[in-house]
Amino acid sequence: MKRYVIIGNGVAAAACIEGIRSVDPQGTLTVLSEEPYEVYCRPLISYYLEGKTDAEKMKYRGADFYQENGAKVLYEEKAASIDTERKRIVTEKGNEIAYTDICIAAGSSPFVPPFEGLETVPEKYSFMTLDDAYALEKAVSEESRVLIIGAGLIGLKCAEGLKERVKEITVCDLAERVLSSILDTECAALMQEHLENNGISFLLGDSAKSFSGNKAIMNSGKEVEFDVLVLAVGVRANTQIAKEAGCEVNRGILINDRMQTSMEHIYAAGDCAEGTDITSGEHKVLAILPNAYMQGYCAGVNMAGGQAVFDKGIPMNSIGFFGFHAMTAGSYYTEADGGRMYEEKTENSIKRLFTKDGFLTGFILIGREERAGIYTSMIREKIPLAEVDFDLLKRAATNAAFTEEKRKGAFSAVH
Amino acid sequence: MKRVYVNEEWCLGCHLCEYNCAFANSGMDDMAEALKGKKIFPRIHVEENDRITFAVSCRHCEDPICVKSCIAGAISKRDGVVCVDQDKCVGCLTCVLVCPYGALAPNENGIMQKCELCLTNSFGEPACVSGCPNNAIVYESRDEVQTEVDPDGRTLYVGD
Repeated sequence: MKRYVIIGNGVAAAACIEGIRSVDPQGTLTVLSEEPYEVYCRPLISYYLEGKTDAEKMKYRGADFYQENGAKVLYEEKAASIDTERKRIVTEKGNEIAYTDICIAAGSSPFVPPFEGLETVPEKYSFMTLDDAYALEKAVSEESRVLIIGAGLIGLKCAEGLKERVKEITVCDLAERVLSSILDTECAALMQEHLENNGISFLLGDSAKSFSGNKAIMNSGKEVEFDVLVLAVGVRANTQIAKEAGCEVNRGILINDRMQTSMEHIYAAGDCAEGTDITSGEHKVLAILPNAYMQGYCAGVNMAGGQAVFDKGIPMNSIGFFGFHAMTAGSYYTEADGGRMYEEKTENSIKRLFTKDGFLTGFILIGREERAGIYTSMIREKIPLAEVDFDLLKRAATNAAFTEEKRKGAFSAVH
Repeated sequence: MKRVYVNEEWCLGCHLCEYNCAFANSGMDDMAEALKGKKIFPRIHVEENDRITFAVSCRHCEDPICVKSCIAGAISKRDGVVCVDQDKCVGCLTCVLVCPYGALAPNENGIMQKCELCLTNSFGEPACVSGCPNNAIVYESRDEVQTEVDPDGRTLYVGD
């Protein structure tokens, strides 16, 4: 009988449980959960602060999830090392768990640069976990001035979540634009304007150089006073345990299309893993929830002796602030890279579709209501533009742009 | 199982399915009261090009990518029907970003809604289908009929 152990208890781990049980109802299944909670929807912590959800609704699966799947969760147990010779996982508390197959779904951790004087800041927080959200909730009041370091997805969602709870919010970032990992300059400016209209202040192209108590001294020499500091500079994949076990590690734990690491019987999935972004062909940590699920499930099936492949990983995000949404996917090839861009703009919206070598490779839709999944699917499934009416499709995401055969397959056949 | 299928050559592009859908899911008894003068948010929508029109609603996929992608754990598949738990949904629109058919759209409050085959509203069977004047959308089973061979060598139909 197999002994499955999953390191981590996030969405990739839950998916891994479901993947394993789709093949093997018998083997023992142990989950090591660093946090004291059942699997919850990590991206919802900002919605929690905003009052749009609560701890109960944030649970990713129902109350019987682990029991129904015959999974035993060891809470507040963090894996310290993997002894591949004895096939044991050793936890930080010194406990040992025997395994036949492991999935490392250990997620990522906030990256905190060594700011001078950071230790003098009385109220400083990260924004990654439910406990971080609880701590921030307690730390702020209607009088709080909040400084958020980092204008990425985490920092800006934190700003939105806190907005109604505090007096003022300033977000700074070394980058010259907000959401620099997913938006180009013009799209970022539109999103920034919308955030500013909702009361968020920005200091871009500038970041904290040092701290002194409740004061940040910026690179520009400017000083910012605050009551609460949120550090959202970036995240790092949790790779150490894999590296020490002998797995090949880059920014994340390297995995193939079956979610296998370079070590036999060790798989990896989710934010700690580095798979292939099929829109660029590069190895990338694609730290988004849909990927975590699909990788985790794939790993689980293969751990249990099934045959699964996940070779459709693409970067994609649907993110909104104060009711204004941006949807992005894939790679944005410029003309210098041999790509072409189709664009539509209004005062409050931008649509950009990026094509290269006869395929749609990426898009940015901001301030637009569109059925973007039709575009995403073109990227994910690598549907050649020659097979669709792209003149129609570029103007609106519509199934009418597909051939009759494909449409009938979609709407008149069983799925 | 029974699903909504499209016969696009029969579609007149009349959009009645959209109105019947919005009414069936309004929770109201009177169609005029439910819809008159209001912007409707149906769970089915008619698409067109210069040659044809056809209605698009959830395919209830065998392997639904919306379920796997939902960041709120709010979409699940129960008894073959893909359902959204509106209490859990936060309106992030990730499902809109991934649905290959463009079959999902939010309601007037920004929370997701989708075709659940009218099984959870008072209508009980797809209102879009029963109101379609030209059989351009139908509610039927097109699964292959599954069979087993019993010990005596007879073919048993075990349904779908």
